Amino acid sequence: MSVDLMTAPRLSRQTWKFTSDVRIQSSATAVGPKEAQGPLKDTYDKTYDDMYAGRDSWEAAEQRLMEDAISIAIAKAGLTADQVDLIMAGDLLNQNITATFTAESIGIPLMGMYGACSTSMLTLANAAALVNAGYANSIVAACSSHNATAEKQYRYPTEYGGQKPPSAQWTVTGAGAAVVGQGGTGPRITYATMGKVVDMGVKDPFDMGTAMAPAAVSTLLAHFRDCGRTPQDYDLIVTGDLAAIGYPIAKAMLAKEGYDMDQVYNDCGLMVYSPDQDVFAGASGCASSAVVTYGYIMEQMSQGKLQKVLVCATGALLSPVSYQQGKSIPCIAHAVALEGGV
Amino acid sequence: MTKALYQQHAAKYQPQRNVLLNSWRAFWVGGTICLLGQVIQKFYMSVFDFTDKTAGNPTVATLIFISVLLTGFGVYDNIGQYAGAGSAVPVTGFANSIASAAIEHRSEGYVLGVGGNMFKLAGSVIVFGVVAAFVAALIKTLMRMIWPG
Repeated sequence: MSVDLMTAPRLSRQTWKFTSDVRIQSSATAVGPKEAQGPLKDTYDKTYDDMYAGRDSWEAAEQRLMEDAISIAIAKAGLTADQVDLIMAGDLLNQNITATFTAESIGIPLMGMYGACSTSMLTLANAAALVNAGYANSIVAACSSHNATAEKQYRYPTEYGGQKPPSAQWTVTGAGAAVVGQGGTGPRITYATMGKVVDMGVKDPFDMGTAMAPAAVSTLLAHFRDCGRTPQDYDLIVTGDLAAIGYPIAKAMLAKEGYDMDQVYNDCGLMVYSPDQDVFAGASGCASSAVVTYGYIMEQMSQGKLQKVLVCATGALLSPVSYQQGKSIPCIAHAVALEGGV
Repeated sequence: MTKALYQQHAAKYQPQRNVLLNSWRAFWVGGTICLLGQVIQKFYMSVFDFTDKTAGNPTVATLIFISVLLTGFGVYDNIGQYAGAGSAVPVTGFANSIASAAIEHRSEGYVLGVGGNMFKLAGSVIVFGVVAAFVAALIKTLMRMIWPG
């Protein structure tokens, strides 16, 4: 049996082409208080004015954010939980507890996934692949992060008075979810490029932007090469959370490879907060790319203001144990191409 | 691009940290905390009948109380971000490290959560403080044995 190259879903080891009409049928976001004061405040579906979101622990609050994002996304798609085949979700907490507890409360089968802050596009790409292949009709791709749970997991107690350097980033309190299915009017998911783990020897856990920039560059280069595209084929290219330090590094590296990113390139880590919100270099966390993509970008695409968008979510795959043992920070980035219009 | 070359390249993008300004902030905030301690000590000596030596304990206890209160109200971490070592080195910083860890792990219960985690950061200070004190005492004792009187 020969494979028709025009319709083959595998373009390379890293890039998949979605051959059927796979779309984001709806999406939703839920965020905490600081994000609700940021420049994208009007694009969120649900906002909370306290970090506990009415629950008794930060972990439970994060779960509530993910539950909200998923249920609102399902409702927006005009579906009920019974009609969704699968949740593909992940977060930053040990053993992916936000995803598991959320999937239990909503009652939809779960595939938990971990890609640190790249989880948003990791889950979206896999959801699109399963829908494209016919293993599911409808899948929810979701992820979440919470500033206080992430600080607790990776750093010091939130009220500890240690000084952070300006290269540090602020973990977004929020969750985003997308319903992926065949047909409809939402943006088509056309390509996904899965990243390689890249480690350039950066060891400072308070400087994730520098650590992650080469991973983003690696994935973007693979994407342009495999799809035969250039940055100018897109109206917008965003990376997940490189922030004020990683963003110019990635831009300069791409320019050196002959890709001019001017005019089309932005970073979600620079979009979630305004500079006067005291967030050091910018936003980070799974929710950084998720709330921007499933809020602002989806809105812009549905209004026709953006046609072709490439989201390249970046993740730092360190653990508190690995960096305390002196290991450098391995990073990854996954990119998904979205195309508007019916 | 090699790892070394990348790190060299990326170093150019690192924001400059103003060491002089940071040192000044640490100096004035740390100095103010010590001044406050001095005022409290004088207060205990003049109002209650404490001596120079016995006023130490209630003074430290009062500073710890203030620090824990500010930690609970979510203020001390903001002071720490501004002052750096200025608010980390005095006893108030030590109290903050314990109180913040206790608050952080309250949701995991009193025994394994609060009790098991409150010395997560302060434990190091205690361990190395005791070891350093032991070494200092050992040196002092040996000196006394070599040069008695």
